[in-house]
This record gives sequence, structure tokens and C-alpha cells, in this order.
Amino acid sequence: MFYREAGQFRTSYAQDSQIFPLRQDRIGMVILLIAAALLPFVANAYWLTAILIPWLVLSLVALGQNILMGYAGQLSLGSAGFMAVGAFACYNLILRIDGIPFVVAVALSGVCAALVGIVFGLPSLRIRGLYLAVATLASQFFIVWALDKFPWFKNYDPAGVITAQPIIMFGHNFASPREKYWVVLAIVVVLTLLAKNMARGSVGRGWMAVRDMDVAAEVMGLSLLRTKLQAFAISSFYCGVGGALFAFAYLQTVEPSAFAIDLSFRILFMVIIGGLGTIMGSFLGAGFILLMPIFLNIFFHSVFGKSVDATITSALEQVIFGAIIIVFLIFEPLGFARLWQLTKERLRLWPFSH
Amino acid sequence: MTISVPSSILQSAQRAFPFGPPILELEQISLRFGGVQALTNISFNVLEHEIRAIIGPNGAGKSSMLNVINGIYRPQEGSITVRGEHLAEMTPTHAAEIGIARTFQNIALFRGMSVLDNIMAGRNLHMHATFMEVALQLPRARREETENRAVVEEIIEFLEIEHIRKVPVSRLPYGLQKRVELGRALAAEPTILLLDEPMAGMNIEEKQDMCRFILDVNDHYGTTVVLIEHDMGVVMDISDRVVVLDYGKKIGDGTPDEVRSNQDVIDAYLGVAH
Amino acid sequence: MVDFWFFIEVLVGGLLSGTMYSLVALGFVLIYKASSVFNFAQGAMVFFAVLTFVGFMELGLPFWAALPVAVGVMVLVGMATERFVLRPLVSQSEDTLLMATIGLAFVIEGVAQLAWGVDVRRLDLGIRDEPINWVMDTTGMLISQLDITAALVAGIMVVALALLFSYTKVGRGLRAVADDHAAALSIGIPLKHIWMLVWATAGIVALVAGMLWGARSGVQFALVWVALKALPVLIIGGFTSIPGVIIAGLIVGAAEKVLEVYIGPFFGGGIEGWAPYMLAVFFLLIRPEGLFGEKIIRRV
Repeated sequence: MFYREAGQFRTSYAQDSQIFPLRQDRIGMVILLIAAALLPFVANAYWLTAILIPWLVLSLVALGQNILMGYAGQLSLGSAGFMAVGAFACYNLILRIDGIPFVVAVALSGVCAALVGIVFGLPSLRIRGLYLAVATLASQFFIVWALDKFPWFKNYDPAGVITAQPIIMFGHNFASPREKYWVVLAIVVVLTLLAKNMARGSVGRGWMAVRDMDVAAEVMGLSLLRTKLQAFAISSFYCGVGGALFAFAYLQTVEPSAFAIDLSFRILFMVIIGGLGTIMGSFLGAGFILLMPIFLNIFFHSVFGKSVDATITSALEQVIFGAIIIVFLIFEPLGFARLWQLTKERLRLWPFSH
Repeated sequence: MTISVPSSILQSAQRAFPFGPPILELEQISLRFGGVQALTNISFNVLEHEIRAIIGPNGAGKSSMLNVINGIYRPQEGSITVRGEHLAEMTPTHAAEIGIARTFQNIALFRGMSVLDNIMAGRNLHMHATFMEVALQLPRARREETENRAVVEEIIEFLEIEHIRKVPVSRLPYGLQKRVELGRALAAEPTILLLDEPMAGMNIEEKQDMCRFILDVNDHYGTTVVLIEHDMGVVMDISDRVVVLDYGKKIGDGTPDEVRSNQDVIDAYLGVAH
Repeated sequence: MVDFWFFIEVLVGGLLSGTMYSLVALGFVLIYKASSVFNFAQGAMVFFAVLTFVGFMELGLPFWAALPVAVGVMVLVGMATERFVLRPLVSQSEDTLLMATIGLAFVIEGVAQLAWGVDVRRLDLGIRDEPINWVMDTTGMLISQLDITAALVAGIMVVALALLFSYTKVGRGLRAVADDHAAALSIGIPLKHIWMLVWATAGIVALVAGMLWGARSGVQFALVWVALKALPVLIIGGFTSIPGVIIAGLIVGAAEKVLEVYIGPFFGGGIEGWAPYMLAVFFLLIRPEGLFGEKIIRRV
């Protein structure tokens, strides 16, 4: 009844190509963004630092993974490695370049990660599927090892740990959880918009063509080399920026092992559960994976009246995530994003059933 | 069985595009896969603006021939000459750049995309905006998107598929998928169109439509068409000349009538051992 | 000047651990040969198998009773996997199946820890992890009894399975099933029996591999990552080749140890964590189908 297209005409191709062709969606998005910006005034510090900031940051990384795996169809298990490159690059840039604004450092860290991504993405020109996944495992293990073994990256810290510097831009130190949240929100919103534009335009079509039928893509003049490496580069950029934000806005004290293979698997799950090849899916998947431990805790508290051993909840998490992946792959391979889309389509007809 | 194609198209006294010089020349093409000899010493040419059919029993090497023309397979021997230019090596990307487009026997549409996106993907060589311009929606990217969309919409109209433009191609029936694939090939504005069994699995009406589209494309744009087809009626009616393959060798080459009365061709189709 | 006997010791140590990689990789190959599915969960199954075995022993079952029980459990796991994960996804792409087995890996790992807890357990197979005396006396090399025994067991199993596949009726049936299910059914090959046999074999392989690794380094979660090393082995050897797995396992084991011992100290160690994968990548670039695998030709 409320969510209808009736009366909304699109009279030009440009109008038809908008991100939100429906007026209700546009209004909804604006409301959402305003709410997100005003959130720190109602949310407490715990919510901001432990839930919202990591959610935004990991959504960004999941977005990067989605670009590579969901849109371009390149199986990758190395996202955490590229996060690490971004995190340590940002730390070193701020350390060694006086007065560099945080945003610039983050952007350059993304570029560093992109370059590393291109190098490790080269095998994708000859191999695919599981073989490529193994190659990305090589990048994951190698990167974390290198960052650990060459003390230069950690500025020769004896404990092997780096402490993220304060976030300083335009002479202001964004130190409080609120301010960190706003910085992260701004960066994530902008990068998400750019990703959406790419995904819907010729770039995204090129990726999906390579994913779906690379021989046909070549036959249409698409350069597999350029398209695949571009996907790796852009994806790694997003993972790198995410990694930098992960270190600076969330972890604060960082060591290379924070970016180990199990983080890569988590990101993989976020993308599969959220919906491969969708922008929204990255956010939904990240939210789901992040909130599950909290739900489990609450569940156990209310049912059993006491906290349950952390090892049991983490084992249970593993079982649930794995089971959901299997169930989704069987019944709804496009994940939560598709479920959301189906809900919207129901809403368009509501209160009618067809 | 003869397909009844409107005779007005066939019997127009003047062709819109009279035959030009050979646009495609294949000489002594031989292709092997491991121990299997797919093609042996195949030579034939295709005149500009003509509709050339490649026919032959199953396994004769017809698809392989198309794959060679388009650079997907590299022949061990032989050469390809396009518009008089001898090509040392053909790659699919290069073929696309010099104006060769094709469809595939088993439908190579991009399953995750809609009809519109699939055909837009076919405009790839005409879209030059970099990823940055697309990401930031800079004027050149926006303009290109709209301009190419307009071209694609013309093709959609021509192929009468407006009503399904936003449907994901995996949901379409087989016949419509084939039509979309034709649209994607046309989107590249090719000078040579390679069609691999464009009418396989279609009923009579769908075949009539496809014939009409192919003839229209050839008539309006002068596109040279090379098509593989099993339906003899279609071949006899719409093609100008025919090449017949059997067991990877050429056994016939000429107009449909000449080929129809060639004893070797008849033997091949009847399965006479040779 | 590199000490010759020390080098041999390192090499032999590497080859021995290589045979164990081969054994783990063998489980992958079996499933792949039978169903064209790469079972990412094989590592988790190795872990679960040996953990179940040790767990039942702790519950009081003697060694020789716990063994068949553990095998039985693995067969059940295999059948459940086939019924609930592989069969519903039978027409999906390779990538989808791979992701499903990744999910499966996590399910099995989680269940293993829920069922048996997270403590590290010792496994005593009656063979001590001590140097063989006469070898040490004659050459100065330290080669563990346990390692040699493990390598022998692994080698025997691998060879036995290779022969089973090539020369028996069952083996032929398996290869037929791998090539084409419908065709195999239509000539009367009992699909269900074949599946059960494959999963039972893979389960036994997983159990033995787990027992050998567990005796060496304790039964703990890290076993899962060890199993991940089987991936480079598969790539170098070729996914469908049993001889390939043997040779590739030796290559990976030897290379990893030699690199770690000779180059590792310059970097503070840890080379063996990524060296096998890099090696696999190089192989992929020059010979994607592996040393013995079948060349993949994609028809258009």
C-alpha cells in the first residue's frame, strides 16, 4: 500500500539507471543516513566501539571480498592479508610522514593493498576456482608472516605489536568513540557509493561477464587480464582501507596475527551468508556474523540463567555459521540480500498477495 | 520441410548490399586435439555481405571451425585472412576488435545478469570510461551509459524483447535466450556475425522470427553472416552459399542448389560409408 | 660447508612428514575421484576422526574397540555429508560445492569441540618418538622411530589404495561413478554401496592420518591447519592421481623442511607456514593440472 511504484514514471534512460528508482527507497535511504549520523547521540560508547564501528569496518572489507568473489567470481581466501597490508601501511605512513591527514593515509594504504593485490592476483589469469583459492591462501600466509618477521613494519617494537596513532585531520584529533564513528561512517558511506556505481555500470558488467562465462566475455573484446587484475586491485583497496580502519578505529593495538586466516574465513562467511554479488549483502552478512556471539550469549543467559563457557559459544558459532552456509547454498544461494529483496517485492504488493 | 519466409525479402530485385570481395578467407586450416583430428585442410571464403551457411552431420567440426575463425581455437596449420589482412594469430579479443561477433551453440549468456545488462555488456568495446569515472559517475561515464543504453534499446526493439528487458536471463525460455544472445552479438555492431545453430531447439514460429531477424540484419546493415545450421529448409532458404563439412573435411562448397545435388553431400547425410 | 649427514637427516625428516601429508591428501583424492567434489572438510574430518577415537578410549573403550567405533562414526559423517550437503547441491557449480564443504568443515570442527571439548590430548601408539639407535650410531642422524613407522604405515596404505583402485572390480566401479553417475547406474553399479565404500575408506584414511599426526604432535585443533597443507600436495600432484599424491607429498614435505632449516634462520623461521603454498602457486603457473593430473579441456 505504501511501497508502490504507481504514479512514478521514469522518462529517460538516466532516470531508469538510478540506484534507487523508487521514491520510497530514496526517502528511506535519506532517513537511514540521517539516523546513522545522529546515532552517536543516543547510543552508548559500548555500542559504538564494540558493535557499530566494527560492523561498518567489516562491512567495508566484506564489500571488497564481494567485489572479488561475488561480482568477479574469483575465489579468494586472502582478505585478511590485504587488511593487514592496509593497517600496517597506514601506521607506517602516519609514523614516517609528518602531518599527513588521516584520510590521505588511509587512501594511500588502500593503494598499497591494491598493489599487493595485483601481484597476488596474477595467478588468476591462468587458474580459477579451488586452485585460485589456494593461491590466495599463499598470499594470506605469506603476508602475515612477512609483516611479523620484518621488524621494520612494526617500527622495531620489542613486543611485536604496534599501537595505532590518533586520528588527526584538519588539526583536530578524532579521539572519542563518537568522532571515530563519524570518520568511519563517512569513509564507509562514500566508498559504498563508489562501489555501487561501479557495480551497476560497465565495470560491474565486465566483472560479472568474467564470472559467468569468461570465454564469451573475451569474445566480446573484454580483456580478461585487465578485468581480473582490476577486480583484485579494487577489492584489495577496499580490504586495505578496511584494515586501516580496523586498526585505527577499533583494535588500537595491533599485531599481524590479528589478521590471520580465521579472519579471512569470517569475511568469506559474511559474504556468502549476506549474499554474493550484492552490496547490501556485505552489510547484512557482517552484521549477522558480528551479532551472533552476542545473541548466543543473551540466549544462554535467558535460557540457562548463567554465562556459558566461551569455548562452547565459539564452537556453537562455528556450527551455526557452517550450517547456515550450507542451508543458504541449498535454498537461497543469494543469501540475506535476496531474502531482503523478496521481502521488498512482497511489500510492493501488500496488502495484496499477487 | 521448408520454412516459409516472406518472399518479399528474398526476391527483392536488388540486394541492399551487393556481394563484395571476400571478407574472410580460410586456407588449409587443420586442427587437432590430442589424438583427435577435428579439421583437415579446410579452405573456403566468405564474401562481404553474404549469408554463408556451414552444414554437416554431427561431429563434422562445424563449431570448431567457428571457434577457429573467432580465435578460441588455434589451428595447427592454415591461415585466416580478414579483409585482405593476413593474420598470424587470432585471439578472441582481437576478433572482437576487428568486428567479428558470435553466438554459441550452448548459449553463453551471462546467467547472473538481466537481458539488458547482457546486451549492454556487448557494447563493451564502445565504452571507454575508466573505473574511476564510473565510480564517481563523472560526466563521460554517465553520457556513455545513456548513449549506449539508447543503442541497446534499439536492438531490444528490433528483436521484440522489450517486455523482458529486466528479467534475469536464466529465467527465460530457451528460444528467448537465443534471441538475447543474438542481441548481445549485434550490440557490438559487428561486420561479421558468426552464429552457431541459432535456431536449435526452436519451434516453427520462433524459427521464422529468427530467420527474419537474420535477414533483416543482413539487409539493413550489410552484416556478413556465417551460420551453422541443421535445419535444411532454413539453410536452403536464407543462405547465399553453403560449405559442407564431414569428419573435419570439406565435401561441398557452393550455392544451396549446387550443394543439394552433390552426391558426396547426399552420401554423408545418408550415412553412406566412405 | 653444509654437513652432508645433517642435510640427509633434514631431507629424510621432510620425506617422512611428506608421506603423512600424502595420506591426508589421499582422503581428498578419494572423494574427488568418486564425486568430483573437493571436500574442503577433509581436514576437519581428520581432526574429528582421531578426536572421536581418543574420546571413546577415554570413555573406557579399549584401543581395538575404539577403532571400529571411530570408523563407524566417520562412515556416518560421510553418509550424512553425501545426503545433506552433496546431494542437494548436485547440479551446482564447483565453486558452490567448494563453499558448501567449507561450511561443512566449520560444522564438523564445531561439533568436534562441542562433543569432546578443546583440551589437547596425547595419543600413545606404543611407538616412541625417539631416535633409532643404530642409525644414530652409524651416521649421527636423528631419525625418529615414530616418524619411520608413521611413514611406513602411510606408504602402505597409499600403495594399497592405489592398487585397489586400479585393479579391482570395486575400483573400476568407483571410477565409473566418478565419470558419470547416470551411466554407472544404468550398467548396474550400486551407487549407494559405492558411496558408502568411498566414505568409509576416506574415513579410515582420515582416522589413520589423524592418529599418526596426533601421536606426533598431540590431538589438537591445529591438526586442521596441518590438513590444509594437503592442498598444495593435491595441486602439485594433480587432484585425481594417487601416484601424484604420493610424489607430491614427498616433494612438499622435503621442500618445506629443507627451506625451513636452511633459509628459515635468516628470517626467524616460519617459512614452512607458507612455502608449500607458494610452491603450489609456481606449479599452477607452469603446469596447472599437476604432475600427474588430467589436462582440463574446456569445450565451448
